[in-house]
Amino acid sequence: MYRAENVTVTASGRRLVDGASLTVRPGRVTVLVGPNGAGKSTLLKAMSGEHRLATGRVTLDGISIHDMRPLELARRRAVLPQAAEVAFPFTAAEVITAGLMAGEGHDRARILRLLARVDLPGFADRRYDSLSGGERQRVQLARILAQLDAGKPDAPGYLFLDEPTASLDLAHQLTVLNIARAHADAGGGVLAVLHDLNLAAMVADEIVVLAGGRVRAAGPVAEVLTEPVLADAFGIRLRIGVAPPGPFILPQNVQAAE
Amino acid sequence: MSMEGIAMATAEAGTRGRPVTAGLTLFAVLAVAAFVGALAIGPFTIAPGRVFAVLWDWITGAAPAGSLRERIVVLDVRLPRALVGALAGSGMAVAGALMQGVFRNPLADPSLVGVAPGAALAAVAFVVFGAPLVALLPQPLQVVGLPLAAFAGGLVTTLVIARLAEHDGRTSVATLLFAGLALGALASAGTGVMVFLASEQQTRDFLFWTLGSLGGATWMKAALAAPFVLGLLAIAVGLARGLDALALGEAEAFHAGVSVERLKRTAVVAVAAGVGAAVAATGVVGFVGLVVPHLARLVIGPSHRALVPASALLGAAVLLGADILARMIAAPAELPLGVVTALVGAPFFLWLLLKRRAFVG
Repeated sequence: MYRAENVTVTASGRRLVDGASLTVRPGRVTVLVGPNGAGKSTLLKAMSGEHRLATGRVTLDGISIHDMRPLELARRRAVLPQAAEVAFPFTAAEVITAGLMAGEGHDRARILRLLARVDLPGFADRRYDSLSGGERQRVQLARILAQLDAGKPDAPGYLFLDEPTASLDLAHQLTVLNIARAHADAGGGVLAVLHDLNLAAMVADEIVVLAGGRVRAAGPVAEVLTEPVLADAFGIRLRIGVAPPGPFILPQNVQAAE
Repeated sequence: MSMEGIAMATAEAGTRGRPVTAGLTLFAVLAVAAFVGALAIGPFTIAPGRVFAVLWDWITGAAPAGSLRERIVVLDVRLPRALVGALAGSGMAVAGALMQGVFRNPLADPSLVGVAPGAALAAVAFVVFGAPLVALLPQPLQVVGLPLAAFAGGLVTTLVIARLAEHDGRTSVATLLFAGLALGALASAGTGVMVFLASEQQTRDFLFWTLGSLGGATWMKAALAAPFVLGLLAIAVGLARGLDALALGEAEAFHAGVSVERLKRTAVVAVAAGVGAAVAATGVVGFVGLVVPHLARLVIGPSHRALVPASALLGAAVLLGADILARMIAAPAELPLGVVTALVGAPFFLWLLLKRRAFVG
């Protein structure tokens, strides 16, 4: 279990995240949603260990992640960055290897398999800097999957995805979310920041709504994606439909709240 | 790590299409050729076969073949010179590769961004002001004083540059280059003032410290530079994996399991050690740290696991080659070594700048 307990993050005097608590469970996909500037990315970064905490703590199976060495943590949690530049002319396969500090998982067959899994077959020897934004993002996804693979084959670990669908077309949004789903089904935990509430409703087991740095609601999709919660968090009035797989939101019936 | 070990590690890392083994072999051949050339070529040219004969007799302790003159020229003049050149070239090149890896930018070079001039300033200050203090120290410490001073000078400048160029955890390339240029100019000016105030043969000394030369190479200089440069190499090999991850970004490297701050601190100390040792032995020889890692990357790719040994080999080859040119162009006079490296390195730097204009912004 990967938990944020009462986490506050401040930057130049402003509280970006304010007393947020959040649990990511193995086997579950937890999705963070909220308006721009709600502190979603900041909370994800605080949970990944990248941001310092002003108060609160982040624990992995009860142990504070700040007491763990980066390598120890990296074996059990991998983070998909938003729009990552690579400094030197690495190929896609080399980018994947560059992120592997554990010393395993270097074999080419595995790398090719992972590239195929993110729908980039034949991209191993392509220069990373020649790829499109969406292709780069999928190389990075393959890289973090390789990192967790190499870290601990017996327990799948935690995937942190910061807007994993941002620069992807519809088909590849689904590719990425299916990978997240499969990771959870295999016993891993997933924490994803998503903008699109419908994608969130589709993939999430649990949704956490963040606004103004605070958690406004958290729980199963159907309990959280309700008109009052969204009106409160996003400042809009909308109607939520329900069709067999779950709730959906049509942009046509959204209007600004008073 | 052995060369085969590195080649295997990189081959399994999915670097298909990168001629890592061939590249390392090529650089090793170049380094050996330049080393033999440095022993053979000069006002008194000695055929390579004779060079080997003299070396072999010296190593095995057999009755000396060769003439006395050949032995003196090879063993007392050119061998220490070639060793100092190889060590300084390796040191500057590996330091360049490390700096570029840490700053995540191929334009970082110890001589361009002021680290080497800073080391030279500290070395000159030690020569000028340190002498009375040194006399108080025990004999062994007196000798290492100069490289230690250069090391300290390099360390301070590197830290200042890193501090100036970094803002909110990001390194600004423009600030890095401009602040580095200013610091380098300032340090060179300081060196000039000190040399001209203190020394009888000012101009020559000033040229040595600012443009470099292997002219004053001795066995002692080689012996003093060796531990620093070998230390740098050992550390650089150890940091290679982390530097590869750092190329993905600082946050990404942390997520992948790198202790980024520790990596950067270690690299800064190693760079200062390598540059300090090189500068104490040869003065400031520019552009080696810039050009060599870049050429190596063109052949063996950007992975630091291969780049570090490749830069060490190619750095030695390039510096020794430049020294051969410096001795031949205006023979019997010698050009400052930095003049030769700048003649090649400066146009290369311009080309690199134009190619990445967008990147430097």
